[in-house]
Amino acid sequence: MSDASLNADGTQPGAAHPDGTQQGDAGFSDFFSLLKPRVMSLVVFTALVGLLAAPVAVHPIVGFAAILFIAIGGGASGALNMWWDADIDRIMKRTRSRAIPAGRITEGEAFGFGIALAGISVVMLGLATNFMAAGLLAFTIFFYVVVYSMWLKRWTPQNIVIGGAAGAFPPMIGWAAATGSVSVESVLMFALIFMWTPPHFWALALFMKSDYDKAGVPMLTSTHGRRVTRNHIMAYTLLLVPVSFALCFTSIGGPAYIIAAVLLNALFLRGAWTIWRRDEAAAEVDGYAVEKKVFRHSLYYLFGLFVAILIDATLRGMDIAPFAAWGL
Amino acid sequence: MPFRAPHEMHKRRFSRNLGLGLVLAAFVALVFGLTIAKVSQDDFTVPQTEKGAGYGEDG
Repeated sequence: MSDASLNADGTQPGAAHPDGTQQGDAGFSDFFSLLKPRVMSLVVFTALVGLLAAPVAVHPIVGFAAILFIAIGGGASGALNMWWDADIDRIMKRTRSRAIPAGRITEGEAFGFGIALAGISVVMLGLATNFMAAGLLAFTIFFYVVVYSMWLKRWTPQNIVIGGAAGAFPPMIGWAAATGSVSVESVLMFALIFMWTPPHFWALALFMKSDYDKAGVPMLTSTHGRRVTRNHIMAYTLLLVPVSFALCFTSIGGPAYIIAAVLLNALFLRGAWTIWRRDEAAAEVDGYAVEKKVFRHSLYYLFGLFVAILIDATLRGMDIAPFAAWGL
Repeated sequence: MPFRAPHEMHKRRFSRNLGLGLVLAAFVALVFGLTIAKVSQDDFTVPQTEKGAGYGEDG
């Protein structure tokens, strides 16, 4: 075997690494895992709702291409995030088995893969739809990789608040892919996910024992304590409620959305209130049952509201009177 | 019939090559589909000057 076929550290591709992992020659699934498929599912769903709720009909193939390239752009962000965070991924137990820390993919490969996909997704989205959507996708990738991963994540415990913007852009991009513009509806869909992210994530942080401290990533639960985290969950939920109700008064709001907003906001508010009222001692007694329940409800909350937007859009498309007349 | 059982490394390499091949084929199909969708839309028209010049109607 020639030297050219050896890995950078002199081991052969496929050879066992000293820590027991495999080196180089990753399979297809390893590269796919760099795209963070679970995060991608939220991106696909919210972008699809943004695209379908828009008042402009899109050709099915163009719509499919738009969602696909938005998803690939989201995946590229994930790959670049894993490239940048490879050092802390090696430290944390939860991320140690990812493709880069396990040695199946090199950091250079992940970087090249992420950059290539980012370029392809932005250019193809621009050609398939319009350059407003492509510009928003490019900004989203930049925001997630540079602003969140490189800058905020290791610097401030508010990382999740500002970084959450990256996850909030997909419905806005879907809307722009259909209409070619940004409007109050798409900004409110963005604001809904943006305000939802902190209480959703901090509810998880309260019951998940993670080793972010060891990796040097400041999390609110450890930098300011659990009492402050509970206060933050309550405050952000209070800010989330008016944002979600504001969508009722736009052209994409409708009866289904109002019903969903009333029910889901009441549930989420009650959960946040309960988290706020109790302390760590009470939470430890029941194994963080309330926090776990609120985290689960937060997933239903976002999913339910976006499904309601989709239902209203579908019924409006079928020209059913009360739905067709809705909006400003 | 192979002389030896394929090494794990070859299996992974094959899965990567097969995956890449399928992705490229899907990409070609998608670009073809997009082209058909774009040219068959109502707002897609060939500029008037090119049409005229092609048939020599108005010089």
